[in-house]
Amino acid sequence: MSFFSNVELAPPDAVFHVTTAYNNDTSPDKCNLGVGAYRTDEGNPWVLPVVRSVETALAADETLNHEYLSIDGLKSYSDAASRLLLGSGSRAILESRACGVQSISGTGALRLAAEFLRRFYPQGKTVYISDPTWPNHRQIFSHAGHTDIRTYPYFHPGTFGLNFKGMMDTLSSADDGSIVVLHMCAHNPTGVDPTLDQWKQICQLVKAKKHFPIFDCAYQGFVTGDADVDAQSVHLFVENDIEFMAAQSFSKNFGLYNERAGNLTTVCATPDAAVAVRSQVKKIVRAMYSNPPNHGARIVSTVLNNKAYDAEWRANLKTMTDRILFMREQLYSKLQQLKTPGTWKHIEQQKGMFTYTGLSAQQVDYMQEVYHIYMLRSGRINMCGLTQRNLDHVAKAIDDAVKKFSSPKMSGRL
Amino acid sequence: MQRVSRKSFVLSRQIRSASVWAQVPLGPPDAILGITDAFKRDDNPSKMNVGVGAYRDDAGKPYVLPSVRKAEQLLISKNLDKEYLPISGLASFTSASARLAFGEDSAVVKDGLNATVQSISGTGALSLGGLFLKRFYSTPLIHVPSPTWANHIPILKTAGLEIETYRYYDPNTCGFDFAGACQDLEALPEKSLVLLHACAHNPTGVDPTPEQWRQLASIVKKKQIFTFFDMAYQGFASGDVTSDAFAVRLFTEMGLPLVLAQSYSKNMGLYGERAGAFTVVTSNPDEQRAVESQLKIIIRGWYSNPPRNGVLIASELLNNTELREDWMKELSGMANRIIAMRSGLRDGLAKRGSSHDWSHITNQIGMFCYSGLNPDQVARLTNDFSVYLTKDGRISMAGVSSTNVDYLANAIHEVSK
Repeated sequence: MSFFSNVELAPPDAVFHVTTAYNNDTSPDKCNLGVGAYRTDEGNPWVLPVVRSVETALAADETLNHEYLSIDGLKSYSDAASRLLLGSGSRAILESRACGVQSISGTGALRLAAEFLRRFYPQGKTVYISDPTWPNHRQIFSHAGHTDIRTYPYFHPGTFGLNFKGMMDTLSSADDGSIVVLHMCAHNPTGVDPTLDQWKQICQLVKAKKHFPIFDCAYQGFVTGDADVDAQSVHLFVENDIEFMAAQSFSKNFGLYNERAGNLTTVCATPDAAVAVRSQVKKIVRAMYSNPPNHGARIVSTVLNNKAYDAEWRANLKTMTDRILFMREQLYSKLQQLKTPGTWKHIEQQKGMFTYTGLSAQQVDYMQEVYHIYMLRSGRINMCGLTQRNLDHVAKAIDDAVKKFSSPKMSGRL
Repeated sequence: MQRVSRKSFVLSRQIRSASVWAQVPLGPPDAILGITDAFKRDDNPSKMNVGVGAYRDDAGKPYVLPSVRKAEQLLISKNLDKEYLPISGLASFTSASARLAFGEDSAVVKDGLNATVQSISGTGALSLGGLFLKRFYSTPLIHVPSPTWANHIPILKTAGLEIETYRYYDPNTCGFDFAGACQDLEALPEKSLVLLHACAHNPTGVDPTPEQWRQLASIVKKKQIFTFFDMAYQGFASGDVTSDAFAVRLFTEMGLPLVLAQSYSKNMGLYGERAGAFTVVTSNPDEQRAVESQLKIIIRGWYSNPPRNGVLIASELLNNTELREDWMKELSGMANRIIAMRSGLRDGLAKRGSSHDWSHITNQIGMFCYSGLNPDQVARLTNDFSVYLTKDGRISMAGVSSTNVDYLANAIHEVSK
């Protein structure tokens, strides 16, 4: 007799599912343009050289132990992480209005934010996420007990850019004080970011509507290679005295994926509020997992707090970003050469790790079947999955798929 | 920086003084971890931290197990990448963890009936279990022993469960209220959810004997009770991982339904690395797959996938024959040191002619001694002697050393004579 015979088999997670299918494919031509992890031009994972150096040094350091971190994590880490985000000269930091709590990567930070808001922000009855957005956003807020989750228009399939009017209209007609999830930079999955001018307008609207923003900051440094420039949107909100939370991840920009290094930065109007917020976030942490994992935080802290390591990190970051930009340039150029129908400029214009190609599910399936190219059925590809070796194969596959199955997204574009 | 006009400065101060969080109350300091903070601030050279349950060596220092250091060196040399773990965690760890708990020859493990996933240490496993049971079990009410680890309550409540208690500790004997526990469990509705500490009960150090476990198991069977085992100290109680898993294995072999939370914080000294596992024992492979898939959904919406460093080390210690042997020796070394401190404390009190019966100090097992001291006595221990322990009189014996056991005996004697 079983207590769990009513438990249903859940569908596999879409993102990890693609990787599983890829792993099972035996074709020598296979390409994984699915998961959001960096790959070198040889198609391999890349542990940042600075991370290797620091890890080796940490392992040799006999003065280090494995004691519990504080509930809110390693202070030298979360302070440095918040500084990285806000800028060390930020008013919010200088006035002690910013509070950083170590989290289990970006997902963990978002969950803490969602849990905190459910408890202490009852007026925020609706959560707005972009359409599209990282699929896990909806799940995170739903698991944290938010029942009214809606989307704001974001991706414009006609222009492959931002549906700015749609976004502003929806956020404008939303109830005051709604929770709004914004991507600081390198929007996942579309790669479409607002311009600085658009950010200024979004900022004014959020202020006027008294919305509560949560910034998802999973790719700081991945757009321009410059961490400060990539955080412009967040800085703007600080300058405009808007209270917000920011969920930071060091999975991609430090290549620390499996060490789960994240940080929840809350910018408050007063230092007292920052103290109170920290204490309540800690209470949530204690009841969910007691205290966060040590290792990733130690690595990031060591790097960010040491000039030489920090410089090396920024150089490593630039290596990754330059490669991505080069692949964008190259893929666009190859599609031009093949005279693939449609306009493909968005490949160069979209930012960060991902490109929302505009390929239809049918075209995606075709590319998987015939060319062994794996991507999400939304048409999202990871630019890091491209290499000089596979560029031609991928370009040809796109060209073939588009010529074979014209997609509504492609028609009507010059 | 732009100079702001006086008007905009005043305006911006007004804006900034109206925080949306103005009504958020300051949370209370965590009772247990807060004690370490207070200890750190104390400058009395004789101060003792017997609050948090973290092992200390005889010099009062954190102890990184030599086998852990060896594993770390080994891992560095492997030059591994940092790709995401699967949502369910490191497979070599979860399978070894299940075998450690259920036994290398366990039918459950051999038949693949355990849905075992990596967790953020023991707390994460308890949370995960609570969330899973809240979603899928027939009743959202769980019965926990009185007393239990303070953090069980917020963990299970946050997961959405209601909590009631059953009798466990007998303050008259400083031992197990076996009759009371049996009565309370017998009186439960059928199919009730019950939390049991597998060994080294926290905070009391009071464990049922094997014979008492058998009798509890028969009640559990009769009442179709669903057991949530919390095993945070496998190897720490007796020094032997097999003996300490007695209850878990007994219940499993009897086919009693259960879930299990495991932590490697103490037995491998991996505290801050957050190495743990959560297991649901299922009835058939289809159910195993379904249950695991649902656990993964909970994890995905919480932290996506777990941290690797701690479990990579744990996996080496469990799967590498040489390191496993080393680990077992170091583990029994820690347990034996604690046992020696128990004797030392009891002797120190006897030597001072204490009129009280302190036999519970050596009868109790694992990291903690439930001293029987009342809150006033505890406060005096802290204020007058700089001995930091939790209000309930729980002493972490791991924080006692051969150099300060006598100081502690003296302090306890002074506040209790």
